[in-house]
Amino acid sequence: MSTLGDGRIDIDRGTVLKGGLLALAGAIALAVVAPIAWLVVRAFDMGIESALALLSSPSTVQITVNSALLVAAVTAGSVLLGVPLAVLTARTDLPFRRFWTVLLALPLVVPSYIGAFAFVSAFGPRGTLADLLAPLGVESIPTIYGLQGTVLVLTLFVYPYVFLTTRAALLSFDASQIEAARTLNHSYLGAFRRIVLPQIAPGIAAGALLVGLYTLSDFGTPSIMHYDVFTRMIFVEYNAFGRGRAALLSVLLLGLTVAILGIESRLSADDGNAYAGGRRGYTISLGAWKWPALAFCTLVVALCLLVPLGVLAMWLFRGGPGYSAGGFAFEWSYGLNSVVVAALAALVATVAALPVGYLSARTDGPLTDLFDRMTYLGYAAPGVVVGFALVYFGVRYLPGLYQTLPLLIFGYVVRFIPQAVGTTQSSVLQVDRSLLEAARTLGHSPLASFRRVTLPLIAPGVVAGAALVFLTTMKELPATLLLHPSGFKTLVTYIWQVQDAGYYGAAAVPALVLVAVSGLSMLVILTQEGDDVR
Amino acid sequence: MMSGKSTQEPYPEAATDRSRGADAPDSAPGSADTADVVLELADASKEFGAETAVNELSLSVREGELLTLLGPSGCGKTTTLRLIAGLETPTAGTITLDDERVADDTHSVDPEDRDVGIVFQDFALFPHMTVEENIAFGLTDADGDRTDERVAELLELVGLESFGERTPDQLSGGQQQRVALARALAPEPDLLLLDEPFSNLDVRLRVRMREEVRRILEAAGVTAVSVTHDQEEALSISDRVAVLNDGRLEQVGRPEVVFEQPESRFVAAFLGRAGFLSGSVDEAGVHTGIGSFETARMQGLTDDYAGTDIDVLVRPDDLRANPVADEDAGNGRVVHRQYTGSSFVYRVELDTGDVIHCEHNHTTDIHLDQRVAVSFVADHRLAWYPAE
Repeated sequence: MSTLGDGRIDIDRGTVLKGGLLALAGAIALAVVAPIAWLVVRAFDMGIESALALLSSPSTVQITVNSALLVAAVTAGSVLLGVPLAVLTARTDLPFRRFWTVLLALPLVVPSYIGAFAFVSAFGPRGTLADLLAPLGVESIPTIYGLQGTVLVLTLFVYPYVFLTTRAALLSFDASQIEAARTLNHSYLGAFRRIVLPQIAPGIAAGALLVGLYTLSDFGTPSIMHYDVFTRMIFVEYNAFGRGRAALLSVLLLGLTVAILGIESRLSADDGNAYAGGRRGYTISLGAWKWPALAFCTLVVALCLLVPLGVLAMWLFRGGPGYSAGGFAFEWSYGLNSVVVAALAALVATVAALPVGYLSARTDGPLTDLFDRMTYLGYAAPGVVVGFALVYFGVRYLPGLYQTLPLLIFGYVVRFIPQAVGTTQSSVLQVDRSLLEAARTLGHSPLASFRRVTLPLIAPGVVAGAALVFLTTMKELPATLLLHPSGFKTLVTYIWQVQDAGYYGAAAVPALVLVAVSGLSMLVILTQEGDDVR
Repeated sequence: MMSGKSTQEPYPEAATDRSRGADAPDSAPGSADTADVVLELADASKEFGAETAVNELSLSVREGELLTLLGPSGCGKTTTLRLIAGLETPTAGTITLDDERVADDTHSVDPEDRDVGIVFQDFALFPHMTVEENIAFGLTDADGDRTDERVAELLELVGLESFGERTPDQLSGGQQQRVALARALAPEPDLLLLDEPFSNLDVRLRVRMREEVRRILEAAGVTAVSVTHDQEEALSISDRVAVLNDGRLEQVGRPEVVFEQPESRFVAAFLGRAGFLSGSVDEAGVHTGIGSFETARMQGLTDDYAGTDIDVLVRPDDLRANPVADEDAGNGRVVHRQYTGSSFVYRVELDTGDVIHCEHNHTTDIHLDQRVAVSFVADHRLAWYPAE
């Protein structure tokens, strides 16, 4: 008898095989969830009174307000930048639209902490600008630290989320609706306001929520900018052995993240009213506005790309003995360390993702769905929370593993396994079920069918998933800082160390390497999406 | 196992002495009544939750014949095919393949252990393998030379000798279908299943591939069960047709028998355009809106029905409508006309209230609202159903 009962017989012979696969997927999902779940339980363990006291303490309130301010300001800034840029590149006769589209999306490949690092080294107290102005008698420049600097840097590097989602909404918009509005006595602007805007609003909101989520969970930028938000304070408390407080702040941050995720999932659920069909494409003629529009695009690109890359390049060429002083000389072995841990993380994550991704693509039971969702927890949770949970959990239950490579790699796996699960799942879904049935009727067992048909067909997707995990692991900051064995340096820990000490010049090489790595991962995502469309 | 032989044929003596269609030469199916039973379904049922997809289906297929399961979408025909292949397990009943019980309510032989080949609706060719590798995929026992030989044989059979090195995406739809057929035939299955084999082809190719597939099946001498919702396809390529409705078998028999002597209104209406003439029976015969018929013209009608009302099945090509000048003459009026290119089909409302269709040559032009005299022009026996 079929145990699936839904008519999708897959692995009929092996009820055992399927049970085993399910158990395996469950174990993997549990392992991924356990540290964070344990953290939540511990936070509640500390007693309601002390928890309340902590929660209502002025510093906690201050952190919450700071975080809320930052999220609100960055989100608003991203909408203000992203929406006009999207309209300009998608729906006007702006010259070189494709060129601008690529350039304006590109800031996404600069890890925001590298951007922050570049901005501090350019505009900070000991930075380039200060050096340039000092001979002119300018003693002090407005500080880059604090809220304004954090908002500026984060906005510049995350607005592309809004830019891209808004563009997509605009591009899928039907031109004949505008024409209909025009024939019904609306000016172009009137039509835009009453017809276009309400329909692209979900796209804008989706991008804004991504920005909000990213801002809330970003650790590097506020830390470099010395702005006290949840992520920074969790790290600070942890370093000051305030583990109970760190745990509580983590849970609070998790709660806020879940709330934003909840809004997002509700929003994307009723995304389905996109009205396609009819003619696509309409173009607004800019006329003389072309020049201010070009200036706007140029300014944004200059700030997002030219400043950070220029600063890094400048350090690279200025080099000089002064910058490698203080025992902070860069060694290529740090790069090798990064590559090795990232490769191991990619390998483990890919292998662990196979059963979960395969099951969730091939069967729909409540259990497989649950396991699939569980593996996403580490991804949704801010990196600093995942890192801290693992430290906390490791110290308590796995003292032998604390500050060892296995725990570091496990942390990366928890954080990035969803990328591997996602690519595996979508590649399995693209393998038509009838191919497997054909293999079965041609005399191959379920395992042999998997090996000879499914595996070769999903291999490219699985490899892409592994590449993605590899590349994102390379640039992961908070989990690396919290979990790396002492004395084990990677590109990321090195950058952190030198920026902390103010030896900006030393970080140019690893920072540029990480920008390149980040760019590569974007390329992998884009080619994957291209595959899906095909 | 052989007991199904006599019980599965509901119309054993119904065979007329008309010659078989051109698609069914005498050799293969002529021995169908005596050949071995290859496949037997006994009261096979399949439920998906509360839904019954296949309902106590009993059917047998004899060696060398092509049986087509025909029915509207959702009638359970594809599920039946999947039950036979072992891709689904029956919730009740048994399936016997080549004298081996392959499924009952306690166990089910895996698809790879049944000697059944399938041609899938979307062909399901392995995209990462060449045509040759696809065809060789099921040849798991043979050694290299034997495999190459068999692949070459099949490529020749389906007329794709020079296509062995190509990959499926370099083939046209018709070629893909031939490869799918060759791949399924390669391991010499006891039974070949074809799931809506022509539905993925465009209309012109469909007709050509029907003949081609029929030729290949005959050359391979394989027993086959095919599934379709296209009645023309079913009637033209099959040795026998099984009409399914709502998971149940309505009728099974040779195409012309099923078409001319449908046992239910459903079968009558599903196969071709059916019209019904209400008639009353007495000792003199059956009296309808277009005249009277002798009782003997009615298939199986006896005098026991005298005094009752029946509905007589008439098809458009059995009827002619002749225009009459006088408003009081004739027996009906043209209420609709449809020009199909090769013919005119006139819808006539008879004075009795029955609505029937008459098919005419495309040059016969009768205009709307014309009074007509409808007459019966064929000489075959007529199917009928007790009035509802």
